Amino acid sequence: MRFDLLIGALVFCAVAAVPFLMPWASVMITLALGVGLAVLGVVVLLRAGQISFGHGLYYAAGAYTVAFLVQARLGLDILLLLPLAAIVAAAIAFVFGFFAVRYRDIFFAMINLAVSMVAFSLLEKLYHITGGGDGLNVARPTLAGFRMGRVDFEFWMFYATLALVTVVALMVARYLASPLGKGLEAIKSNETRLEYLGVSSNRMLHIAYALSAALAGLGGGVIAIVTGHVAPEFAYWVRSGEFVFIAILGGAGNVVGAFVGSIVYEIIRNYAAAFAASYWQTMLGFSLIAIIMFAPDGLTQLRFGKKNEARAKEPAKKSTSENGITGKAVQEGTR
Amino acid sequence: MFAKAAMAALCAAILAATPAAAADKPKELVVGITTFLSGPASVFGVPGKHAAEMLISDINAKGGILGVPVRPIFIDEGAGANQLASEYRRVALNEGAQVMLASVSSANCLALTPVAEDLEVPNILWDCSSPRIFEDNSFKYSVRTQAHTGAEMLPAALYLVKNYPNFKTVAGVNQDYAAGRDQWNLFLTALKALKPDVEVVAELFPKFGAADYSTEISRLQALKPDVVVNTAWGGDLDTFVQQAAARGVMTQSTYVLPLGESSLERLGNALPAGVIIGARGDHYFLHPEYKADAKFQDFVKRFHDKTGAYPIYPVFHMAQALAALEAAYDGAAQKNDGKWPSKEQLLDGFKGLKFRGLTSEVTIREDNQGLENQLIGTTVRLPDYPFAVLDKITIYPGALVTTPVGEKTAPWLAKLSPAMVNDPSIITLNASK
Amino acid sequence: MSFSVLLLATLDGLSYGAQIFLVAVGLSLIFGVLRIVNVAHGSFYAIGAYVAATFGMWIAAAGFSPWLSYPAMLLAAVGVGVVVGGVLEVTLLRRIYGKEQVLQLLITFAAFMILEDVQKAVWGVTPYFVNTPLSLLGTVSVMGINYSVYQLAVLPLVAVVVLIGLRFVLRYTRVGRIVTAVTEDREASMAMGVDSSKVYLFTFIAGASLAAFGGALASGSTSLVPGMGAGMIILSFAVAATAGLGQIEGAAVAALMIGLGRSIAVYLAPEFDVVMPYLIMFIVLLFKPQGLFSTIQTRKV
Repeated sequence: MRFDLLIGALVFCAVAAVPFLMPWASVMITLALGVGLAVLGVVVLLRAGQISFGHGLYYAAGAYTVAFLVQARLGLDILLLLPLAAIVAAAIAFVFGFFAVRYRDIFFAMINLAVSMVAFSLLEKLYHITGGGDGLNVARPTLAGFRMGRVDFEFWMFYATLALVTVVALMVARYLASPLGKGLEAIKSNETRLEYLGVSSNRMLHIAYALSAALAGLGGGVIAIVTGHVAPEFAYWVRSGEFVFIAILGGAGNVVGAFVGSIVYEIIRNYAAAFAASYWQTMLGFSLIAIIMFAPDGLTQLRFGKKNEARAKEPAKKSTSENGITGKAVQEGTR
Repeated sequence: MFAKAAMAALCAAILAATPAAAADKPKELVVGITTFLSGPASVFGVPGKHAAEMLISDINAKGGILGVPVRPIFIDEGAGANQLASEYRRVALNEGAQVMLASVSSANCLALTPVAEDLEVPNILWDCSSPRIFEDNSFKYSVRTQAHTGAEMLPAALYLVKNYPNFKTVAGVNQDYAAGRDQWNLFLTALKALKPDVEVVAELFPKFGAADYSTEISRLQALKPDVVVNTAWGGDLDTFVQQAAARGVMTQSTYVLPLGESSLERLGNALPAGVIIGARGDHYFLHPEYKADAKFQDFVKRFHDKTGAYPIYPVFHMAQALAALEAAYDGAAQKNDGKWPSKEQLLDGFKGLKFRGLTSEVTIREDNQGLENQLIGTTVRLPDYPFAVLDKITIYPGALVTTPVGEKTAPWLAKLSPAMVNDPSIITLNASK
Repeated sequence: MSFSVLLLATLDGLSYGAQIFLVAVGLSLIFGVLRIVNVAHGSFYAIGAYVAATFGMWIAAAGFSPWLSYPAMLLAAVGVGVVVGGVLEVTLLRRIYGKEQVLQLLITFAAFMILEDVQKAVWGVTPYFVNTPLSLLGTVSVMGINYSVYQLAVLPLVAVVVLIGLRFVLRYTRVGRIVTAVTEDREASMAMGVDSSKVYLFTFIAGASLAAFGGALASGSTSLVPGMGAGMIILSFAVAATAGLGQIEGAAVAALMIGLGRSIAVYLAPEFDVVMPYLIMFIVLLFKPQGLFSTIQTRKV
């Protein structure tokens, strides 16, 4: 935990300096942090060994909540819009969760995929409400009561997002360290044993599911505000696939990974788009393969491989399958 | 509060430090162009990109715009609205693009026009057609160098009523996405105004990118409508026509394909004679008015040599956007004693601008909407080409078919009178000689 | 709903159901044996279609009999299965069998992204359509409605042949029994001395060939456009999950349900056309959480 905190703090400082060192990158990083929130949602479920191939649904739910509220001209502030986005997404997940948490593994992934694709189709279909494939524009709301021009807004929205992300990441880290969060790891390693202990694994997963949807909704809300536009493709399966991709890229072992992953992803993607507009998919594909082959625990876990290579090859390998728990133990042991 | 002031001051300092002197002639004119390079809409995006590359190298060969060479940066629209917006931002801010050309998809145009406003970058809507863009908002930085959906659907309805006055029933088969629904709604509104007794027997919206139209085609056979309207394009239109033709349905009704010009060559022998075809403008590689036009003929030949296909409407739209850009810079420079114009002067240059791409002249109205002539024809089979070409070509002037400034397209179309069919400004040409 | 509407909807749904069956059954087969959800499956479908169309154009250009375009489809399917599928298995998948499910899924996702660009680089973005297979067989009239023989008879017939053939191979041949054994209980069959790497390679090539075959058949009646694989993946996921992963007969039933559901929707409630496959999957999984034809699996303590 201490080591994670250190990494988190380092990442925080590096990111916080962006508007001063590279002002042109601040919007890009704001977007990456927003996506990172959704990825964090996926990471929470990955703790339980469950892959959601449909988190685009909750991402879209948050984004469209913001879009509708802004279009309703209620004059709501960003500080109010974002929690509402998270609440709406969590509410949908809570209701659907009664159904979804009965499934595991590939069926859990598929059932999420199906629901998100239904949502995608509806967003396209209900043209008069959702604007169909054209999506909706989101006029810039006030931030903490201030109405700002582009340059000011980009600057302050960056720090607002960074602050939000930091608070959320710390809260999620606490959750994952709590008995509720540890239970998720038990679902992954041996669910039946957990049930024998008298714990309802479904209920545990249900809570995690709603929480992870809230995170995705929050991310969608940030994106809607920063880009000023929402579209049905937010719920498309490729988008959900990206979240899983980024989660693995950053490493599902800790909460910082989601954000490191999404910043790196954004950078790779931007460079790929800049150097070969027609072939950015190939570049992403190869970087994904490279990550899986050489750093299957993600970028933030690279240190394990290096540190333990000589002394503890076997246990370090085991951490792959048990997602950092043993990894941490090993690390403590080697100190 | 102090912190905010300090931050703002810092921002201002950074901004002030960047070279912003607008009247200096730059080393190069960077133009960001969003177009589909992946996904099904790349049937339009990639020819558009080829056209841009050809035309820009033509411009540079004669010294560039006002002596400044043009450098295009292409952005893939297929990557999704979010990624597109962030790429657009990057190209406008970091790559220093002075002008942006956005985009093929109406959805992307709707998303990008506010971004252009925000970034204060002149933005030419080079191919998209949603009328909502300038009717629901007014934008300072965006202009459209072609018509919108209303102005494209009305001529198809006029042509149908004029040439097939006796039909009674109509069915619509349109792609299930925003543009497909817009197109069908506006076509139907115009048709009902021009022929109030028309009866709609089916409104089908097959999935975008559908691979199988068996059910839709069976329904059309059972309903036997006099007229079938399909505003689809690309692979969807090709699949529909091929499957319908194989089942003998293409000759059962009169088909209206308002975007059919872009599929003529690919459909080969599947498209029978007697189908009404639109071209989203007066774009057609055998345009009868430009048979003797050296610029037009030369371009068509070079494009065919380069890509192996005849130019389709996005190619012509790209030519219009680049011609408008050139004309606007030239005009603005003239007013500025021949010096490189500032951003504001360039935007002024677009107001009321008249320019010619490859076909007829386009005028940009005061609401930044282009007035573009529309060409509609009927297919005919000639021995010279292995695919259907157009006959009975009619040209509808942009000023006649475009919604007047300040009005919205749907209500305007609804109050048209049937007399418009015989408006004297409509020109009918005979092409089959 | 009148009888005639039901009949027409059934005829319309058949060809569509047949096409998705061929793709989904390959996906199901691969999952049954390798336990990998293969996102790149849609790429096999698309590449199979493009290769078959290319063969079709060669045949036309060389002046051979147009009837050759039907066997050319089979050739294209097997070729794509062996070359693309084989290379993918040997170079990528083989390295990740021991790893987490999510990594396996993602590596096929990466392969899918790369193959999308490969298709663009090789075949460009212009839609391809080779209508020889469709026009050669002509039409037949049923209750006053013209149907193309290719869509009405050939596609469903091929699907039935594939289904029976697969059943036969899996039940009565040595190779098929080994595959069945691995699907049923992987560890036990390994213990009995089954050479897993051979079985994996064989199954992956067979599954890939089936997807490519689905694509090759589709190339006779559909435009080939960039991105056509992406839509097919999701559809075949829906079929395979509805059926129960690894279930061959189940895939046929599920594909038929989805094909018919869609065409009935176009007649009665066109607005539901798009969501139909997901609705069916949803309802099935509500009552049978492991799919229609699943066998109950106990979780190991």
